Amino acid sequence: MSWFTKSFNSSIGKKLIMALTGLFLCSFLVIHLIGNLQLLKNDGGEAFNIYAKFMTHNPLIKTISYLLYASILGHAFYGLNLAFNNKKARPVDYYTTDNQSTWSSRNMAILGTMLLVFIAVHMADFWWRYHNDNTIPYKSYASEFGSPQVLKDLYGMVMFAFKTEWIVAFYVISMIAMAYHLLHGFQSGFQTLGLNHKKYTPLVKSFGFIFAIIIPAAFALIPIWVYLDLGNVFFN
Amino acid sequence: MNLKLKVWRQKNAKTPGKMVDYDAPGISPDMSFLEMLDVVNDGLIRKGDEPIAFDHDCREGICGSCSLHINGRPHGPLKGVTVCQLHMRSFKDGDTVVIEPWRAKAFPVIKDLVTDRSALDRIQQAGGFVTVGTGGVPDANAIPISKEIADQAFDAATCIQCGACVAACKNASAMLFVSAKISQLALLPQGQVERKTRVENMVAQMDEEGFGACSVTGACEAECPKGISISNIARMNREYYSAMATSEHVDLK
Amino acid sequence: MLLESKAPAGPLADKWKNHKFNLKLVNPANRRKYDIIVVGSGLAGSAAAATLGEMGYNVKCFCYQDSPRRAHSIAAQGGINAAKNYKNDGDSVYRLFYDTVKGGDYRAREANVHRLAEVSVNIIDQCVAQGVPFAREYGGFLDNRSFGGAQVSRTFYARGQTGQQLLLGAYSALNRQIAEGTVKMYPRHEMLDVVTIEGHAKGIVTRNMVTGEIESHAAHAVLLCTGGYGNVFYLSTNAQGCNVTAAWRAHKKGAYFGNPCFTQIHPTCIPVSGDHQSKLTLMSESLRNDGRVWVPKAVGDKRAPELIPEDERDYFLERKYPSFGNLVPRDVASRNAKEMCDAGKGVGASGLAVYLDFADSIQRLGESAVAERYGNLFDMYAQITGENPYKSPMRIYPAVHYTMGGLWVDYNLMTTIPGLYALGEANFSDHGANRLGASALMQGLADGYFVGPSTVSDYLATIGPGKVDSSHEAFAKAVNDVKERVKKLLSINGTKLVSEYHRELGHIMWDYCGMARNEAGLLKAKKMISDLRADFWKNVKVTGENEELNQSLEKAGRVADFLELGELMVDDALDRKESCGGHFREESQTEENEAKRDDENYCYVAAWEYKGDNQPETLHKEALNFEYVKLTQRSYK
Repeated sequence: MSWFTKSFNSSIGKKLIMALTGLFLCSFLVIHLIGNLQLLKNDGGEAFNIYAKFMTHNPLIKTISYLLYASILGHAFYGLNLAFNNKKARPVDYYTTDNQSTWSSRNMAILGTMLLVFIAVHMADFWWRYHNDNTIPYKSYASEFGSPQVLKDLYGMVMFAFKTEWIVAFYVISMIAMAYHLLHGFQSGFQTLGLNHKKYTPLVKSFGFIFAIIIPAAFALIPIWVYLDLGNVFFN
Repeated sequence: MNLKLKVWRQKNAKTPGKMVDYDAPGISPDMSFLEMLDVVNDGLIRKGDEPIAFDHDCREGICGSCSLHINGRPHGPLKGVTVCQLHMRSFKDGDTVVIEPWRAKAFPVIKDLVTDRSALDRIQQAGGFVTVGTGGVPDANAIPISKEIADQAFDAATCIQCGACVAACKNASAMLFVSAKISQLALLPQGQVERKTRVENMVAQMDEEGFGACSVTGACEAECPKGISISNIARMNREYYSAMATSEHVDLK
Repeated sequence: MLLESKAPAGPLADKWKNHKFNLKLVNPANRRKYDIIVVGSGLAGSAAAATLGEMGYNVKCFCYQDSPRRAHSIAAQGGINAAKNYKNDGDSVYRLFYDTVKGGDYRAREANVHRLAEVSVNIIDQCVAQGVPFAREYGGFLDNRSFGGAQVSRTFYARGQTGQQLLLGAYSALNRQIAEGTVKMYPRHEMLDVVTIEGHAKGIVTRNMVTGEIESHAAHAVLLCTGGYGNVFYLSTNAQGCNVTAAWRAHKKGAYFGNPCFTQIHPTCIPVSGDHQSKLTLMSESLRNDGRVWVPKAVGDKRAPELIPEDERDYFLERKYPSFGNLVPRDVASRNAKEMCDAGKGVGASGLAVYLDFADSIQRLGESAVAERYGNLFDMYAQITGENPYKSPMRIYPAVHYTMGGLWVDYNLMTTIPGLYALGEANFSDHGANRLGASALMQGLADGYFVGPSTVSDYLATIGPGKVDSSHEAFAKAVNDVKERVKKLLSINGTKLVSEYHRELGHIMWDYCGMARNEAGLLKAKKMISDLRADFWKNVKVTGENEELNQSLEKAGRVADFLELGELMVDDALDRKESCGGHFREESQTEENEAKRDDENYCYVAAWEYKGDNQPETLHKEALNFEYVKLTQRSYK
């Protein structure tokens, strides 16, 4: 199988991994965002807590989630590995440069590292505690049929966390980093996969631009929304 | 006009170099950039100093010898021209001009602004050809090629192997160069037979030479004096994946 | 020594075929026992090295550039001729042969030229098989265009960079052999001498341009594919590094120099803008297909071209040569431009230029069609001059472009030193006194792919595969001579720069041995060159040392050789009291100021033999016999 490892360890092979995992993570962002937007519902967290339980207990989702963890780790590992090797390819730097490329395209590794830190903090805060912290209270929701549903109250945890300024700031800054990361990463993933076509590449670039703005903006909206209690402002 | 120069001087590969300041007085706007350096060098020789070494030959933008990083950009401020075709009318009186060699691990400095770009030759030796001996070939018109394909292949073939793509890339990646070479033959019917081994071998050699990977910043395309498109890199990647998946070679280099 | 052209007897069309059959062969299994040195990696050099490598010989290939792909063949723009008759406009091998002999003003060897025309068709096939992207028509077949000196469309082209594409084809073939190990490439190596043992070429001495090391290399045969010597004029369309050193050192070791004064002045170059100028840039002759050459009718008319009405313009080529018009051969076009400027009708600030106007073509074909054909040339013009040629006419002036002269070779391309060959522009053979457009690429590749490899094998089979003794004292002596010369150059430490000597030499050559020559001027030039040379060896300033990359030392060595060659060119021009092709002796012209040949007295190749430092060279004449083409005064009217 040496051809397999060699191919994937070539400069193009590594980029293939980056593109595939990157675009897969983009699709995950959409799912994650749809779930998170449940936080904006003024239903005492019912919809969100149902979503959280579904995401952690459905066998199919669980399987996909392992793929997701692997993608995050793979994307981060290969990304850092590439960045390290790329740095080595120019041991002596220029005295001055006048770059003809976008800032984000040159700083994917820094942006990516910020996101990796974010993911670690984010998962430790919510994912890890949701799975392992037995002190998390349960909340019960009335059901039209039979007994009420009793769910771990992740919603409450989130609401509590997003009342702290530095956490909100951390989330918003991270989402800005994500926007820049996506701004380059989305369309670049297609190029790396070899999908460059006179007709479709402009579409991919436009869609990627919109994607890179909308998705992080919507994510960033949530902590701001909670912090400023916009639900009550708008709906009450 | 009068200019100030900041030039990288380095005696040889083993000695560390540094930026040195020079005055370039009485420069005519009609001079090419290299002619300006000729004038500066004549002044240095008169003083008994070592002239600034730089690669140059045809001085008409096609041999790919000249390779100066000027004010932060390979081949200087103009798009689509090599240094030899850059004229001093692109600068203003009193400007400070910073001149550096191409910077890449795969392009070690030989002296001053002269670098060793033989890595690009070796990549082509790894497979940038059609295996056809002299003689024994069909009539030229026996291989019809649509104008569209011929034009695309030509666009890739205009590469002059100057290495500006490597110099411009933050990763010192040679992907634009390699992809142009691969694209030319991947597009043409003559290149089909060796299509898979070609891309495998050339990419392996490219990696071995110590060039970086592609981050799709597009700097290469922006600085290429011949306007070669990064769509060639996408094509090379496609070629590579297809070879990865379907070639019969299990013992890769 | 008697000059033997070795041109085979028999009918013209069968000469090469029969000759090839008579050449001795080397058995494939024995070929690896032979070492061959190829100097230069342009079209002739790359093609020869690749082909000989494919055949199984051990080849060493040298070039002064950092990569073989940068040899100056790369800069050829317009195209390559081949008698394919794809356009069905009456072309044939014989017509290409005829046009070339006539274009060369009947000073080339018939047998060589016919061979060139025969082989031309194979070249195109070979290049296409390598993946050279020639221009194509919508149906997928190859396109052709017409070129000066011909009334058929036989020129294959690849936009405005045919030379680069052909060279990349040859370079790719060379790369394949380097990968296979049959060719070892030595870039950044300059050849500084030929080593001869018992009169046969057995190797060369080179300088490693990075380390300064002077090395010798032994071989059974040496092929010089080192291009022309146009840089003797300082300003030319040649690359900065182009030089005569390899050919000149061979000449000093016994190789005769053929027709050194035959220089081609190309009519369509960008005019000189000032003293700083280091080179002249050619605008492909193909431009004359669609551009019209004119000057104002009135002397000293300095109005902008747009303001000069149609009836006050003189389209002098169309007027004087109605049947060929703007497509007259290069020598004729150049001389007419000079004549106009000398008469005070020149345009631009210097008055040393004529207009090449595309207004009619842009109107007829549209700007985009013109851009499709010549876009890169127009861009280059705009870049260099800062003017837009789509809006106002280009200014052009003749410039030194190609040297038809070179090392004298026989039909086998062997010089007068057995085992030493000269291929491509480095030899004198196929273009007579004037080369037609798109024929240089043809000759380089013909010599490199097809002719050289066959004839070299014949020589190798004759001498046998015995090992070349590299410990022979001839090698040590040659190395020592080179070292001494380098030491001398570095030790003079005078006050005058190499570039100053070169520029001065260029002025002398251009003024007295350029587009028009006369006896008084030539005699004056001879004296000036010899004085300049003497001064050079007393007063030149070369900085640095040998053991490093030293560009001023490289230049000094080359200019020193140009200073010797220049005088020989003048001698040759003095000897040839006729006008022919690019060589225009003012004493020999028709009433209409056209070149007047003197076939009775000068129908020969002048082959000069070196007789020692500062000694007059001896002239040997190879009589040219024309069996097929009738000698007439060329007319393009």
